[in-house]
Amino acid sequence: MLVYIVRRFAGMMVVMLLVAMVVFLIARVVPGDPAAVMLGSSATPEDIAALRGRLGLDEPLLTQFLLYLGQIVRFDLGESIFLNRPVAQALAERSELTGLLTMMSVGIAMLIGVPVGILSAAKRGGLVDQTAVGLAMLAASIPSFWIGLTLIKYLAVDHAWFPVAGYGPPDADLLERMRHLVLPAIALGIPNSALILRFTRTSMLDVMSHDYVRTARAKGLPPLVVVLKHALRNAMIPILTVIGLTTAVMIAGAIVTETVFGLPGVGNLIVSAVLRRDYPVIQGALLVVSAIYVLINLTVDLLYAVVDPRVRY
Amino acid sequence: MASVPAGHGSVPLPSSAKGRSSRSPAALLLRQLFRRRLVVLSFLVMLAILAVALLAPWITPFNPMKMDILGRLKPPTAAHWFGTDEYGRDVLSRVMLGARLSLLVGLLVVVVATLLGTLLGLAAGYIRPLDGLLMRLTDALMAFPDILLAIAFMAALGPSLYNVVLALGIVYTPRVARVVRAACLVVREMPFIEAATALGASTPRIVFLHILPNLMSPILVQATFIFAYAILTEAALSFLGVGVPPTTPTWGNMIASAQQYFQQADWLILFPGCAIVLTVLSLQIVGDGLRDALDPRLQKAK
Repeated sequence: MLVYIVRRFAGMMVVMLLVAMVVFLIARVVPGDPAAVMLGSSATPEDIAALRGRLGLDEPLLTQFLLYLGQIVRFDLGESIFLNRPVAQALAERSELTGLLTMMSVGIAMLIGVPVGILSAAKRGGLVDQTAVGLAMLAASIPSFWIGLTLIKYLAVDHAWFPVAGYGPPDADLLERMRHLVLPAIALGIPNSALILRFTRTSMLDVMSHDYVRTARAKGLPPLVVVLKHALRNAMIPILTVIGLTTAVMIAGAIVTETVFGLPGVGNLIVSAVLRRDYPVIQGALLVVSAIYVLINLTVDLLYAVVDPRVRY
Repeated sequence: MASVPAGHGSVPLPSSAKGRSSRSPAALLLRQLFRRRLVVLSFLVMLAILAVALLAPWITPFNPMKMDILGRLKPPTAAHWFGTDEYGRDVLSRVMLGARLSLLVGLLVVVVATLLGTLLGLAAGYIRPLDGLLMRLTDALMAFPDILLAIAFMAALGPSLYNVVLALGIVYTPRVARVVRAACLVVREMPFIEAATALGASTPRIVFLHILPNLMSPILVQATFIFAYAILTEAALSFLGVGVPPTTPTWGNMIASAQQYFQQADWLILFPGCAIVLTVLSLQIVGDGLRDALDPRLQKAK
């Protein structure tokens, strides 16, 4: 087990190194001088030269990359050009909202996807199953921002059941803030529930074709016990994987959803950084989100052993 | 290579008696594909959308660019089926023109991702020393969620139609590369490859003439799904304002520019949204149908 963890961790480090390289290169493929692009058309040549010096753009590419790696290792993501503060601090300030939004969305996606997937597998081929599979495909085809706008129009504007946008006053308590996140979480959760539903269904169908499930049925156990106790526990691994994957995808999906609902989260920070060409913020956000993504995948793999005692590394 | 997509022996013969005729692989594939009514329907919807996209400049009921300030933000009527937008332009005509660009972006992304992905996948699958490096590279690219990587590329390249194609093409390349590599690893061990090697065929000949035609089914299936994802992601990019600039209407940027008005004029987001959903849904159903119709053997090798 320990050897496995160490090996996986080493593999993760290689991937992260390549990720850092991609992130580094993204700010270097900008056509023209990145410093001039960042400062806009009103910048003087002195300003540009100063920023070039600050960003280390006059060094050779490899030296620049090594300097960048050195920074990252010290958790220094650089300074935002527009916000006048370290990128890490800006990300930290915004992470509560995005974290909460992601958790609520994953919760909604799981609450829809897992039970319906199980039901669908248990009633394979029936009306419930066909409807569920059809709806899942439909849900996976709807852009989350469109669900968001539609929810705003019908539930917040026409009926005022939920706030239209924003995150409430700064001193609002957790419950009030969560109320502001209900619609965004639904908008983000619905398309992602589709993937969880399909995986749950496939995984359950796979397990339920095994002999021991037939045996459990044959000895007269109630169907509910067979499905939930015998089948589900063994179907958990793929389900866990897809939930982990979905969580990671939703952190990125939050970018779009936060824009729809005017929420000041990490996604909003990224979009405004892109529009203002604030490269240090874009790079920092990319690096952090992909690190979380990779870490979630690793955690899910390690969780396998907890869920299924037969898994030994 | 028109009839090759079905691949040598990559179409399972329909259960015994039915498959005795000596039909071409392509005909067999179509028959297998159209067994399900839903797939036929989705295929027809896809063709219809494609026809609208191709003919848009000639068949729109109004000039999609013509403004009419007095007739702005009017709900759907007999003249304007989908209503008018904030400049009084006909929404139906703009949705039709939007189909052209949304599908064009999707199609070009498929071409870029499939070409790059196939080359990378073949290289990784056939040239052993390259495998580790190339696969770690795809790992790294896949360590970013699609939309985030696309946004980052757009930030670097600047918003334009061709940059969207380039960014999304790169984003989806690893998916094709992985599928191609996995299938290539299976095919390269088959006896006919050994035979070709023994006959002295050159590496390019083996890779492109013997291996590649056998990988067409997984590539085709993957391409269909990438088409669907690309349309969704393009819409999201354009919605965020980092995709196709709003001067040329796509479904995504139509919804984006409706953001200020949709609370009173919901038809502005309803119709472009439905167009996206209909297109993506029918592509996904056809993709699923293709996957079922084609030999599952190669896809199991993931």
